[in-house]
Amino acid sequence: MRNLWIFINRYNAFFLFIIFFIFGIVLTVRNNAYQQSAAVNSTNEVVGDVYQNLNVLKKYLNLGPVNDSLAAENAKLKTELLMLKRIDSAKKITVKDSLGNQQYTYLSARVIKNSITLRNNIITINKGVADGIATGMPVISPGVGVVGYIRDVSEHLANIQSLLHKETKISVSLKKNNALGSLVWGTNNFDYRKAFVKDIPNHFKVNIKDTVVTSGYSSFPPGIPVGSIINTGVAAGDNSMAIEIRLFNDFSTLQYVYVILDKYAAEQKELASKVPNEQ
Amino acid sequence: MATPFVYILFLMLLPFGIPNLLLYLIAFLTGLTLDAFYDTLGVNAAACVALAFVRISFISITLNRDGFDEPEPTLGNMGFKWFILYAILCVFSHHLVLFFLETFRLSELSYTLLRCFLSGIFTLFTLILIEFIFYNRKAR
Repeated sequence: MRNLWIFINRYNAFFLFIIFFIFGIVLTVRNNAYQQSAAVNSTNEVVGDVYQNLNVLKKYLNLGPVNDSLAAENAKLKTELLMLKRIDSAKKITVKDSLGNQQYTYLSARVIKNSITLRNNIITINKGVADGIATGMPVISPGVGVVGYIRDVSEHLANIQSLLHKETKISVSLKKNNALGSLVWGTNNFDYRKAFVKDIPNHFKVNIKDTVVTSGYSSFPPGIPVGSIINTGVAAGDNSMAIEIRLFNDFSTLQYVYVILDKYAAEQKELASKVPNEQ
Repeated sequence: MATPFVYILFLMLLPFGIPNLLLYLIAFLTGLTLDAFYDTLGVNAAACVALAFVRISFISITLNRDGFDEPEPTLGNMGFKWFILYAILCVFSHHLVLFFLETFRLSELSYTLLRCFLSGIFTLFTLILIEFIFYNRKAR
């Protein structure tokens, strides 16, 4: 203790200097706005730096969950975008036929209700009178295949009488020889992937894997691929063949469809009505 | 840019025999008085305390503590060489602390050092001028 006192006494100049100097600096920092703010700022900088570094570390550690949540959000947004696209695209796709004069307009619509398990299946789409849809218009799948006819129309929605319906009959032909038949569904099976082509006369040569396309005689444009033949046979007591085809389009996963607006549909209908119905 | 702080001559010329504590107290109070007028509370006080420390150190190193021949470290008493060194050390220690505390950041280091140097020269020049005036008057 004594030695300590001697030591302090001997170097009292230094210790006193330290004491007074620190006192002076404390006064400076405490009582002068600028120095105070500067001191606080530098402190903040240090603290901020520490926090920032911690944050980087935390970010890295949380990368997994953040990625997951981002992916989920991405998926959600993409889905929403897709839906918006379907809803908003009232844009009509115009197809000029190579024949020159005949013109079809395609209108995309989203399927909002669909069924494949019933005997008579109806599809509902999100386009209606407001979008220019009328009863009797043909509906096709985006890629290949026919869907059906417009059956009922409301202001913004429409029912499609699906191909998978008792009353639906579409005029089709064999692609290779234009032999004319009609496409029906549900005669003997109710498999939504298969349909039947009726009324093709016996003398035509029909092979398995032959393509069936629309004929253009019903309101569908000609040449739309419908399906390929998987089974042929002569129907007993009939002069036409019973041809089983596999449909190109999948009704179970139908997401959106094209409604075809035919410029001359009304004209065709009018003409057809002048022909007396023989049946 | 260059401001002379002549008041430190008062601290420099305090008698040799003054106790350290008293010297520090006087230095601190002098600085505080200056601060009161400069509105820079603590800056001049700290600078003066630094000056006091340098003064004590320098005197204890260069002079024999027991036998002070002269009462005060004036130019006339101590001779030009000693006094110049003494003044340079005191002035620059004081100015360094003063300007750095006033600026309170290292980013303006060169500017602060320049200010310190120019002011120090100015102060030094003034101090020596004053010393010479009194030297002449007191000449025996």
